[in-house]
Amino acid sequence: MDLVESYRQDLRFAPGRVTRVLLGATVLLAAVLPLAGPPAWTVRGILIAITAIGVLGQNLLIGYAGQISFGQVGFLAIGAYSFAHLMAAGTPWPLAMVAGGLAAAAAGVVVGFPSLRLKGPYLAIATLGFGIAVYQILANVAAISGGRTGMSIPALTAPFGLPRTSWMYCVALGLLLLFAVATANLVSSYAGRALMAVRDSEIAAESMGVNLTSTKLLAFALSSFYTGVHGALFAQFLGHLEPELFNLNEVLIQFVAITVGGLASVEGSILGSAFVILVPALFGSARWAVPVFFGAAILGVLIFEPGGLAGRLRKARLYLERWPFK
Amino acid sequence: MDRFLQYAVTGLSAGSLYALVALGLVLIYKSTRVLNFAQGELATVGTFAAFALVSRDQPFAVAFPLALLVGAAAAVLFYFGALAPAQKKGATLLGQVILTIGLALILQGVVVYLFGTEPERMPFPLSDSDAKRIGPLYVSELSLGTLGAGIAGCLVLYLVVQRTRLGLAMRAVSENLLAAQTLGIPTRRVLAFAWGAASALGVLAGLFLAPALLLDPFFMLDPFLKGFAAAVLGGLSSLPGAVVGGLLLGTAESLAGAYLGIEFKKTLAFLVILAVLLVRPEGLLGKEFKERV
Repeated sequence: MDLVESYRQDLRFAPGRVTRVLLGATVLLAAVLPLAGPPAWTVRGILIAITAIGVLGQNLLIGYAGQISFGQVGFLAIGAYSFAHLMAAGTPWPLAMVAGGLAAAAAGVVVGFPSLRLKGPYLAIATLGFGIAVYQILANVAAISGGRTGMSIPALTAPFGLPRTSWMYCVALGLLLLFAVATANLVSSYAGRALMAVRDSEIAAESMGVNLTSTKLLAFALSSFYTGVHGALFAQFLGHLEPELFNLNEVLIQFVAITVGGLASVEGSILGSAFVILVPALFGSARWAVPVFFGAAILGVLIFEPGGLAGRLRKARLYLERWPFK
Repeated sequence: MDRFLQYAVTGLSAGSLYALVALGLVLIYKSTRVLNFAQGELATVGTFAAFALVSRDQPFAVAFPLALLVGAAAAVLFYFGALAPAQKKGATLLGQVILTIGLALILQGVVVYLFGTEPERMPFPLSDSDAKRIGPLYVSELSLGTLGAGIAGCLVLYLVVQRTRLGLAMRAVSENLLAAQTLGIPTRRVLAFAWGAASALGVLAGLFLAPALLLDPFFMLDPFLKGFAAAVLGGLSSLPGAVVGGLLLGTAESLAGAYLGIEFKKTLAFLVILAVLLVRPEGLLGKEFKERV
C-alpha cells in the first residue's frame, strides 16, 4: 500500500503501476475477446456493458448515497422511450442518448424530492410506487408506448464496414469505460464524499456543512441519468420496445447485481452485472433455477461476505501484496 | 344507491384480503423493522401446497390448515436460517430488505419448478357464481366467505396479540428489544412466531384469492402490492391501521372501477401510496416518524 501524502495524491485515478497494468490488460481483453470469439460472446458482452452502466448508477444512489430506491425501472423506461421517440423524429443517436439520460435525470430530481422527508423503508415504498406508476402509464397510454405493437428503433449504421453487433459492442464498452472512470473520479471528489457522508450520518454531514437537499437531489439526478442512458442503449440493442419489458423483475435483477458485486464499488457493479447476465446462460433451459440461484447467491453474500465480489477481490489483492505475511 | 352499495360490498370483500396481506407486512415491520418483499411468494407457496393436496383428493378441512402451516414454516425457517444470522452480524436495513428479496426469488423458482407456469383452476368449496340475495344486494358465496375469512383472521390476530402472554411478549419485543431480552423474554422465538403468523395471514389471503383468479406462480404479485399500499395507507406501524387501510383501499378501488373507469382502478393503489407518503408518511393511524435535524 502506498502512503498517501496529499489530497491531490488521493484524488489520482488508479494509483500504482501494478494497478495500471492490470487495468490496461483488463480493458484490452474486454475490447478484443468478445469481438474475436463467437457471436454469442459479443451479444453477452453488449448486455453486460449496458447493464453495468445502469448498475453503476443504482450503486451511486444506493451504495454511496444510501438512498434505497425501487423506482429504477421507471427511469429506465423514461430513458428508453425518450430515446425511441427522438430516434423516430430523426435525431442523431448520440444526441438522443444524452437526451434520454437527461429526461430520466429530470424525473429523478422530481422523485428525489420525497427523499428529503422520507427515510429508509418509506423512501423504498415511495419509489416503488413511482416505478409501478410509470409501468401502468406505459401499459395504458398507447400514444407514449406505441400500444400493443410497441415501438421499433432503427439499427445503427456501423462505420468502417464493421458488423452491426461489433459496432454496438464498441459503443456500449466505450460508454461503460466513460461512466466507470467518471464514477471512480466522482466518488473521490467533494461531491462523492458528500454522498457517503449523508449515507453514514445525515446529522453529522449537515453539521460539517454538507447541503443535504442538493446532495440528495444530486444523487438522484446522477443515478437516474446513468439509468436513462442504460435505457437508451437497451432500446437501441433490442430494436423494439414494449411496456412489458419494464416490470418489477428488472429492479430485482439490479438488486442482485449490486448485492453480489458489492455495494459502493465501481468494479463490483461491473462484476455484478456480468454475474446476472452470465448465470442465466449457464442454466440454459432450466429457467426455474435462475431465480433460485440468484436468491441463494444473495443470501450467501449477505450472510458470509457482505462486501460481495468486490470485497473478495480487495481481500485477495491485500493477501497477494502482503504475501508471505498474513 | 343500490349500485353504490353493491360495489361497496364487492370492494369490502377484496379489501378484507388486502387487509390480511397488510396485517402480515405490518406485523413483520413492527416486530423486526423489515419490509418483507417475500410476503407474496410465501402466500403463493402455501396456496400451492393447498392446491397440491386438494388435487390429490384430500379434503379441504385437511388441506387448508396444512397450507397455513407450510407458509408459516417457510417463514420461520427463513427467520432462523437467514435473517437472524444476518442481523447478528449487523446487517443494514438495506441488507435485510435484500434478504427478503432473495427469499422471494428462491420461492418463485421452486414454485415454477414444482408446478410449472401454466395457470391452473383451484377447486374450492365456495362458488364464485352462486349469488345470495341479501336485501337489494347480490353477494356471491365466495365474496361472503372471503369477508368471513378476513374478519376471522383479524379477530384471531387481535385475540393473540391482546389477550395472551405470547401477545404481551410480542408487544414488549416490538416496543424495546433490548429491554425485553433483559427481562428474559425469548425474543428470537417470539420474532420467529411473528414471522410465521404473518406468513399464515398471507396464505389465508392467497387461499381465498386463488379461486377468484387463476392460480399461477405469480398470482400474488398484484395483491401483494395492493396489500403494501394498504399498509402504507393505514400506517406501517399500526395493526388496526392495516385493517382500516385494506378495507378503505378495497372499497375505493371498487368504486373507482365502477364510476371512473377500469384503468383508474388499476393505478389507484399506487397513487394512494405516493399521496400518503407525500402528505402524511406515517399513514392514517401510525405514530412514530418524528426526527429533526
